[in-house]
Amino acid sequence: MNIAYSTELICFLILSSVIVSGSLAVVLLENIVYSAFLLGGVFMAVAGLYLLLNASFVAAAQILVYVGAVNVLILFAIMLVNKKEKLKPIDGLKTRKLISGGVCGGLLILLLRVSITTDWNIPGPTSIGEEATERIGEHLFTDYLLPFELASILLLMAMIGAIVLARRDVSITNDNINDLTNQKSLSDKKIRLLSENSLK
Amino acid sequence: MLENPIGPVPLQAYLIVAAFLFCTGVWGLINSRNAVRVLMSIELMLNAVNINLMSFSSYIDGSIIRGQVFSIFVITVAAAEAAVGLAILLSLYRNRVTIDMESFNLLKW
Repeated sequence: MNIAYSTELICFLILSSVIVSGSLAVVLLENIVYSAFLLGGVFMAVAGLYLLLNASFVAAAQILVYVGAVNVLILFAIMLVNKKEKLKPIDGLKTRKLISGGVCGGLLILLLRVSITTDWNIPGPTSIGEEATERIGEHLFTDYLLPFELASILLLMAMIGAIVLARRDVSITNDNINDLTNQKSLSDKKIRLLSENSLK
Repeated sequence: MLENPIGPVPLQAYLIVAAFLFCTGVWGLINSRNAVRVLMSIELMLNAVNINLMSFSSYIDGSIIRGQVFSIFVITVAAAEAAVGLAILLSLYRNRVTIDMESFNLLKW
């Protein structure tokens, strides 16, 4: 047990405890803003696990995409829809939570049993260091070229779809467009904001 | 057992962490009443899958690392999913003025 081994072990234990407790807190906490910030912590800890697995490029991508984009987007959504609302009580909520807890616990036990009892017969972790980034580039431009291009189309579609879905509807009839005076009055008219909408 | 030739952290440890993260995500997905929390649970599940892919890539695939390429694709799809999901959430909120999952039953019956 030399010092490199024990350092790696301690890092793994810290990161995995952060992941486990953070994910539980994300699901269980009442305040959704705390959940969103803890979700960022969980993403960072997952990036740390990737670093332990010798994958620095994917760790950087995880930080950039998840912490930098997805988490910020979730925070924006929370602030846009942040309204304290009294949720209607539904009957059978407790039993539903218990039943789904049982199902998820069963799934967890099944997964644990499979991963522990299987004889993985593995060659062991190979550390290829910074060569990993070159390998990923080679893969992306040779045998995974088609999925790579499809991913770019998917991102474009997601971008256009998000804009179309989240756009505020301003109704302009056809003759209003041709009429210059109406256009002036249209620009003077205040466009309904989201907060006004939520008041009614 | 401690002086294990494949390193201090066995593959099973990563799989256990990923399994726990996935089950937490499933529970949150079923039980959350806030629609934003449902999206956060989906992100947790995607991260669990990514941990699995990365650990198998490191321990089994040697220096070919196909698992890392797959997890890059998963990250891409997750980003697109988050953008579209939050846009749907915003337009739902504009129409219904609520984010309670129990009130989105327009297509149910």
